[in-house]
Amino acid sequence: MTSQLYLSGVSKSFDGFKAINNLSLVIDKGELRAVIGPNGAGKTTMMDIITGKTKPDGGEVFWNEKVDLTRLDEADTARLGVGRKFQKPTVIETLSVADNIELALKADRGVLANLLARKTPAQSAEIDRLLELVRLTDERARPAADLSHGQKQWLEIGMLLAQDPELLLVDEPAAGMTDAETMRTADLLRDIAGERSVIVVEHDMHFVQALNCKVTVLHQGHVLAEGSLAHVSADPQVVEVYLGR
Amino acid sequence: MLRRLIDTRMGLFLAVLFVVTVAVPVGNLVMAGQPVPSYVVALLGKYMTYALLAVALDLVWGYCGILSLGHGAFFALGGYAMGMHLMREIGTRGVYGDPVLPDFMVFLNWEELPWFWLGFDSFWFAMAMVMLVPGALAFVFGWFAFRSRVTGVYLSIITQAMTYALMLAFFRNEMGFGGNNGLTDFKDILGYDLQADQTRAGLFVAAAIALAAGLLVARYITTSKLGKVLVAVRDAESRTRFLGYRVEGFKLFVFVVSAMMAGIAGAIYTPLVGIINPGEFSPANSIEIVIWVALGGRGTLVGAAIGAIIVALSRTLLTSWFPELWLFVLGGMFILVTLVLPHGVLGAVEQGLRKFRRRRPLVEN
Ligand SMILES: Nc1ncnc2c1ncn2[C@@H]1O[C@H](COP(=O)(O)OP(=O)(O)O)[C@@H](O)[C@H]1O
Ligand SMILES: [Mg+2]
Repeated sequence: MTSQLYLSGVSKSFDGFKAINNLSLVIDKGELRAVIGPNGAGKTTMMDIITGKTKPDGGEVFWNEKVDLTRLDEADTARLGVGRKFQKPTVIETLSVADNIELALKADRGVLANLLARKTPAQSAEIDRLLELVRLTDERARPAADLSHGQKQWLEIGMLLAQDPELLLVDEPAAGMTDAETMRTADLLRDIAGERSVIVVEHDMHFVQALNCKVTVLHQGHVLAEGSLAHVSADPQVVEVYLGR
Repeated sequence: MLRRLIDTRMGLFLAVLFVVTVAVPVGNLVMAGQPVPSYVVALLGKYMTYALLAVALDLVWGYCGILSLGHGAFFALGGYAMGMHLMREIGTRGVYGDPVLPDFMVFLNWEELPWFWLGFDSFWFAMAMVMLVPGALAFVFGWFAFRSRVTGVYLSIITQAMTYALMLAFFRNEMGFGGNNGLTDFKDILGYDLQADQTRAGLFVAAAIALAAGLLVARYITTSKLGKVLVAVRDAESRTRFLGYRVEGFKLFVFVVSAMMAGIAGAIYTPLVGIINPGEFSPANSIEIVIWVALGGRGTLVGAAIGAIIVALSRTLLTSWFPELWLFVLGGMFILVTLVLPHGVLGAVEQGLRKFRRRRPLVEN
């Protein structure tokens, strides 16, 4: 089985501070993986490196075992099939909810193509479907700025799916959601996995439990433990730096 | 397509523009007693070129968040390209009577026309340069600035530096653009005498058509899917990259289109006022364009045009009544708008109308 994502010996320092320290991680195709770890563990920085936003000081990052992601930028990785949801929900506030989805839809990203683009019936249908899925049909014409925090999270998830990515990087999706919404998000991510690969960063242990997948514990930019939630929870080192607090 | 381009706002503005464009020449050329004096025709024509310049800036600033403080440079370059053609049109009618060299070159004892003046004897070549020169400068500038992800205040500062550097360069006699006198003493355009009322009216109509065309082109861009991408870049640049859009390409596109539009405005401005000089490159000019757009209503296109006209009109009136007060009034307008009318004059008027409409049925019931 080929890997979706392969990180080996990756390091990144900010002004001498090692945010990522000799990090190695392999994600299989179709795998759902939860990444947990205390604040400042380097989870977001890891996603920055995978998406080409941050260049690592050293180490290898490979996509499908052949594409070197460290040579690409954000737009390249997005086109390759990496979709990212940010820790702080970022949608385009002044555009309508439906327009946010439309911009995310997989389509030609060229300047001229966009100048001349016309929405096809298939695209309209896909927008409708996604709005239904994230329960924002009634809000479709409103500016995204009007949405609640939780709704913005959903809109961003909708945009992520619209991109039709092979790998989803999801940074703390449950923040600002009610318990019921959190569980729905977990269900949705489990549904998505299999067809696509998913990496979820999360603090909420109930959420991670609901994901029911392999867990990687990150600490000081390094993998501390890996395995089932039960397995890593029992690890004394993990208990000390993270769960025990 | 027409529906997409012409909403109520645009429709009203174009209707008024059309009426003015017909009425002014008629009042100047046809009606007895000349109710519209010739200087007013030139003045209104000049306002239209300012309005087009404002639309150009609104396209990049209002929709894509690129606060250019150097748009005066593109306007001036278009103006100079037209000026160079008009200089060559003078021919032997100059003071020194040289068939090829403009007067200032004869005065500087130049033997032959510099290479970059070649071709400007052709009107169509000059027209192409009116767009290509500002477009090329915008392309080169934008290529470096956007690729290295210079944004916000830093970008504004370097655009300001760009226009300042050009001003210093154009002030130098050795540059070959007439030094601090600039280009002037034009005689005719396409064979028509520039002092004739008919020619002036023709230029006025050209300015109005260019403004209408500029508005429609800008509207075509902003209502396309590309327009949505521009707004996305303005509001959440990083997010837009993560959606797979190459942000620098989109910025470069609007920046170049906008610079060309500014160039066209400058090209019509030059024959209307009869002179183009390095003062047009002054940093203060470029800052004033931002005031026009903010005052009229950023991100509305029509508002930008209205803002330019309001400021230009106030300037004309005030500088003849209280010349020493003008700069304070301009500064005051800007502060007032930023504090009280965040969406500009157009935004305030439209909001007022909406309130009025909402209240009316209540009264009727
Ligand atoms: N651009 C940056 N410049 C300097 N320090 C940074 C930068 N990005 C992240 N860091 C630091 O790297 C560490 C890891 O941050 P981050 O990846 O955001 O952690 P997490 O997402 O796990 O909470 C933190 O100490 C943070 O302050
Ligand atoms: Mg984080």
